[in-house]
Amino acid sequence: MLKIKNLHASVAGQQILKGINLEIKAGEVHAIMGPNGSGKSTLASVLAGREEYEVTEGEVEFLGKNILDLSPEDRAREGLFLAFQYPVEIPGVSSNNFLRTALNQIRQYKGLEPMDAVHFLKRMKEKMSLVEIDQKLINRSLNEGFSGGEKKRNEIFQMAMLEPKLAILDETDSGLDIDALRIVANGVNKLKSKDNATIVVTHYQRLLDYIVPDFVHVLYKGRIVKSGDKSLAMELEDKGYDWIKVDVDGVVS
Amino acid sequence: MSKDNQILEELTSSEYKYGFETLIENDSAPKGINEDIIRFISAKKEEPEWMLELRLKAYRHWITLEEPTWPNVHYPKINFQDIIYYSAPKPRKELQSLDEVDPELLETFKKLGISLEEQKRLSGVAVDAVIDSVSVKTTFKKTLGELGIIFCSFSEAVREHPDLIKKYLGSVVPMTDNYYATLNSAVFTDGSFCYIPKGVRCPMELSTYFRINASGTGQFERTLIVADEGSYVSYLEGCTAPQRDENQLHAAVVEIYTETNAEVKYSTVQNWYPGSKEGKGGIYNFVTKRGLCKGNNSKISWTQVETGSAITWKYPSCILKGDNSVGEFYSVAVTNNYQQADTGSKMIHLGKNTNSTIISKGISAGKSQNSYRGLVKIHKRAENARNFSQCDSLLMGDKCGAHTFPYIEIDNSSAKVEHEATTSKIGEDQIFYCNQRGIDTENAVALIVNGYAKEVLNKLPMEFAVEAQKLLALTLEGSVG
Ligand SMILES: Nc1ncnc2c1ncn2[C@@H]1O[C@H](COP(=O)(O)OP(=O)(O)O)[C@@H](O)[C@H]1O
Ligand SMILES: [Mg+2]
Repeated sequence: MLKIKNLHASVAGQQILKGINLEIKAGEVHAIMGPNGSGKSTLASVLAGREEYEVTEGEVEFLGKNILDLSPEDRAREGLFLAFQYPVEIPGVSSNNFLRTALNQIRQYKGLEPMDAVHFLKRMKEKMSLVEIDQKLINRSLNEGFSGGEKKRNEIFQMAMLEPKLAILDETDSGLDIDALRIVANGVNKLKSKDNATIVVTHYQRLLDYIVPDFVHVLYKGRIVKSGDKSLAMELEDKGYDWIKVDVDGVVS
Repeated sequence: MSKDNQILEELTSSEYKYGFETLIENDSAPKGINEDIIRFISAKKEEPEWMLELRLKAYRHWITLEEPTWPNVHYPKINFQDIIYYSAPKPRKELQSLDEVDPELLETFKKLGISLEEQKRLSGVAVDAVIDSVSVKTTFKKTLGELGIIFCSFSEAVREHPDLIKKYLGSVVPMTDNYYATLNSAVFTDGSFCYIPKGVRCPMELSTYFRINASGTGQFERTLIVADEGSYVSYLEGCTAPQRDENQLHAAVVEIYTETNAEVKYSTVQNWYPGSKEGKGGIYNFVTKRGLCKGNNSKISWTQVETGSAITWKYPSCILKGDNSVGEFYSVAVTNNYQQADTGSKMIHLGKNTNSTIISKGISAGKSQNSYRGLVKIHKRAENARNFSQCDSLLMGDKCGAHTFPYIEIDNSSAKVEHEATTSKIGEDQIFYCNQRGIDTENAVALIVNGYAKEVLNKLPMEFAVEAQKLLALTLEGSVG
């Protein structure tokens, strides 16, 4: 589904990603872990097509297409979804209006008719109960005055509504208490199928108790320095990141 | 005869040559303004003597005035002798089908969601017999007539309802009020008059669209709305379709007068030609709009969506004279490219327990300048007056400007006046967030801007609101990304 080859990217003239290689198949869950500042959000932004991040080398293929040439909206329409680490507030815009615009632009891209109001509201109801989100939150302006946890839950709700092929969850667990974490993880698990894939970006092992990854990768200084299965996450939980830093920095310097 | 005298003679006689007597034969007046031109306009409109006298009085006052320079707008000095003040409304060349209309205009109509029939009407295409707009207007007139509501052109009102005009004209905006209002009083060509009798709730939105003979009055328009005791009317001015006009200077006057317990809601969508992207041409829109809440418990509410004109200079205001009277001003003003807007409101509290609200949402893009200017004045005798003002500015890009000039004068210590102001920039991250959900930048800007202006758009009558939303998006098209 997603093939990243030797990806280099820079922002504000500074090289952040220094040769990422990663392959993700349908039905898989990958966790990307790593200390703060290692480039996890940068990777997510590059995949989503954020303008200020410049790809200097490498390739990214998504569902057989080179997506580096696509606009952010076309990547989204192809089925790429990013749950933001810091979701933005859009005053005066209801979730209803926002999601309807999004859904219909995606449908238009695929040559489908706009979804009528009845079906749209039905889908809203369904997905709200799936991710256990309160109608009251949905009625408010998008993310405006939401708590950190509410914003994260709203991201998962949007993901449920848009049914992406590949979802990247950027630190969706941070700022969540244990109940909210369970609810968010439940939502993600329910949305999982053999046709879609998930990248879970986190620096705590905690979330991975609920969303069980098939692979775990450690990102450090812009490179994937270690890959393994769930046990790698456990090891990181026990030992912290320092042993990896020593390993890598030892080699590099 | 000395040489000087000869020149003088020639000058005065040549002036006579273009005097009133010969003028009246023409369809339009020659360039310039003088007493003969004013007599000409008045004669063309078959006005009674008293109306002509009012015009002349206004003119004689106007020539003593100086053009105001305090608004935060810049333009070359206007040559008032280079303007044609009257030309008979010419019937537009009737087109046979929409194929003959400028495709760019049709594209705009489509984006605004204007119906085919409406498109034809606006672009001067013959309308099908089935949806004959004349019959709609006739039904409309009949309904209003049965309720005793008067809704007609201003010229008709001068002839048919002189007592009402004499009583109310200039009662809210005195002839001597300001430079452009005085000019308007001297040379206004037409406009609308509306009278709602005691206790009548006008059952439909009154719009200039339905007024017979509404063509070609854009330049010096004069509107007077009188709501008698306990009556109500909602009035719509303008339309979302782009309006072109050969006349660059527009100076309209709108007066609203409410008696006890009466309410008037006045909504405007202003979309006059803003000039080219490079700032060439466009309308100068210098408007005086004021309402007088004369009676106790009366209410006047202004809602405006301003997207057009090269220069806008406009402060719809309320004089809250009656006790417990209420004034409201809701405004969205968008400027793009080289447009300049200086707009806001004045709330003058004279009566007890008077209450006013100002919600102003400015949006500036391109190289435009957008100013809010407002005055809240609480008089000595205005016990327990309340005002709430909120002035927000949204900037798109870094070459435009937003300015606020709020003035507050309080002469009564029981007053409660609150003022809030914010300035924000449309964020790259807001747009990227939308993009990431599959929404393109154009639609993202539309969403964000309409969300920002929601409080004001919600005040518009339903059908108007939908079109106004599209208009906002259209005005800002291409200003980001
Ligand atoms: N927009 C940006 N401008 C400048 N530097 C950035 C920007 N985004 C990220 N960086 C830098 O890139 C590095 C990686 O950041 P990030 O990808 O956010 O790390 P992580 O998500 O792993 O904590 C940091 O040094 C950060 O300061
Ligand atoms: Mg991060």
